[in-house]
Amino acid sequence: MPVKQLFAKAVAPRSPGVVTEKLRIPSLLTGVLAIAVATAAGLLIGPADIDRTNVLKELLDRVPLISVDSGLSAIQKNIIWEVRLPRVALGALVGGTLALSGASYQAVFRNPLADPYLLGAAAGAGLGATVAIVTGSGDGVGTFDLVPLLAFVGALAAVALTYLLGYSSGTQRSPAALLLAGVAVASFLTAVQTFIQQQNVETIRQVYSWILGRLNTASWDEVSLLAPYAFASAVLILVCRRILDVMRLGDFEASSLGIRPQLVRLVVICAASLGTAAAVAVSGLIAFVGIIVPHTVRLLIGASNRVVLPLSILFGAAFLVFVDLLGRSLASPAEIPIGVITAFCGAPFFVIVLRSSKRTLG
Amino acid sequence: MNLLVANGLGVRIEDVPILSDVSLSVKAGEWVSIVGPNGAGKTTLLSVMAGLRRASGSMSIQGRDLSEMTPRERARLLAYVPQHPEIPPGMTVNGYVLLGRTPHLSFLGMEGSHDFYLVEQVLEQFDLSSLGHRTLESLSGGELQRCHLARAIAQATPIVFLDEPTTALDLGHQQQALDRIRLLREEHRVTVVMTMHDLTLASQYSDRIILMAKGQIAAEGKPEEVLDPTRLSELYGAQVKVLKVDGHLVVVPSVSKENS
Repeated sequence: MPVKQLFAKAVAPRSPGVVTEKLRIPSLLTGVLAIAVATAAGLLIGPADIDRTNVLKELLDRVPLISVDSGLSAIQKNIIWEVRLPRVALGALVGGTLALSGASYQAVFRNPLADPYLLGAAAGAGLGATVAIVTGSGDGVGTFDLVPLLAFVGALAAVALTYLLGYSSGTQRSPAALLLAGVAVASFLTAVQTFIQQQNVETIRQVYSWILGRLNTASWDEVSLLAPYAFASAVLILVCRRILDVMRLGDFEASSLGIRPQLVRLVVICAASLGTAAAVAVSGLIAFVGIIVPHTVRLLIGASNRVVLPLSILFGAAFLVFVDLLGRSLASPAEIPIGVITAFCGAPFFVIVLRSSKRTLG
Repeated sequence: MNLLVANGLGVRIEDVPILSDVSLSVKAGEWVSIVGPNGAGKTTLLSVMAGLRRASGSMSIQGRDLSEMTPRERARLLAYVPQHPEIPPGMTVNGYVLLGRTPHLSFLGMEGSHDFYLVEQVLEQFDLSSLGHRTLESLSGGELQRCHLARAIAQATPIVFLDEPTTALDLGHQQQALDRIRLLREEHRVTVVMTMHDLTLASQYSDRIILMAKGQIAAEGKPEEVLDPTRLSELYGAQVKVLKVDGHLVVVPSVSKENS
């Protein structure tokens, strides 16, 4: 009897014997709870002295069918809804997007050190932002801020250039060629960016502040700018989560299972780069989130991309909102750049997780 | 009926011929072993026949040209276990064997109850049910080898290609692995093509042996026809004797007294 017929008989309800790694309700709820706590903290804490009970009342008031008088002044309400909430929303979007992009790059390159800026996105965005700033079209100068647009275009152009170079170089169409092309493109663009910056020392402070990353200019405009890209990027990557587990076997074995690894890599790189470029455009360069969050999920919950990808979004979002809160409250009313805090808090936390975990990093 | 037909397969790397004009056919249900000294082109031939490596010439499965098939169609006909399969960090045995179902799922599809049931059966067949939650890194060499075979069987293909499936296994595990393959072959009517270093095991388990040397087929046929001591001594550059013990061929090195 041929194999197909033999196996065709084997139709039965799913047995509890084969339980694979998948997204389970408790971890999903923990992620949602983490975002909720971070959001609440982000709304309740800030340099403006607003009574926290009143803030909670104000939040309740916005719930349909509930009407409560919060006793907040119009300015205080404005702070809650137009300053703190967009900042929390932007932090969550940027954090979720960067963590997901990092997890996807790690999956398609099978490299635990891969981060969202691996293929030159950071250098491209940096160059774009620097050009916008030194030409006077950035940050409050003129009527239209070109920094996000040029950073976005720069990031995407750098990734596209890396991809073209990596796949046109010789006959070795391997992921390693792509990584090396990324190193070359990033170095070149950083050199150009540094040169432009040195030629325009008067804007060096502005450029530097952009490079360290910031959420302090967050407004609903930026949230609505990033949201569609973040959403599209997340949907595209999440639908590939099963295939990305097959990719863990490497290109050769993935091919033997009927997958086209280069096509999967292209789709995922496009999606992740789109998200990264949009995130970088509104927040500058925030390092570490893309590496630390996926690895923490991997160490604590599981290595399957079915788990790592969705949970990276949730914990990445919560992590960045929380870190931003630290950045703006530790030295209040001054702010510590968020990129500094991500590394400052993230690194020790990660070392603790790494030391206490028995799992292996993928 | 010929299930696999290869015609004039050739591979060159930097102008060095690795395979030259190799033509062969494999019948449905047959167990064919490809043997030969290091560098003879065994693994290259296997990967070319599996459509995983580009080559000149043509290759067909069930009368269909391999180059006209999509990767997924090909993977539904043919499972391939490389010599050193990847061991993804943190991957569980269940998850690993389930990957064998990949060619039967659409690009965005997820496994259904049929896939889970089938994988459960395969795990049971390979005595892996109790190891399902363990990670691959925590397994012994013999257990790992069972996982690789289980994934290939979960693929439910009529043809299985094995690249040196017994390398890195001790004597007992070598025999167990081959016995298991023999059992599966009988149960599922799977056609097996494998490369082997051990000529004795190859002769005892396979219906036919293809002896390769310098990228070409040096001899093919039943084990007793191919395993000729003079031919083997010449190709391997070693003195060997072919004995018959209990009706089985045994290939042993024959060391002359001056050398010892």
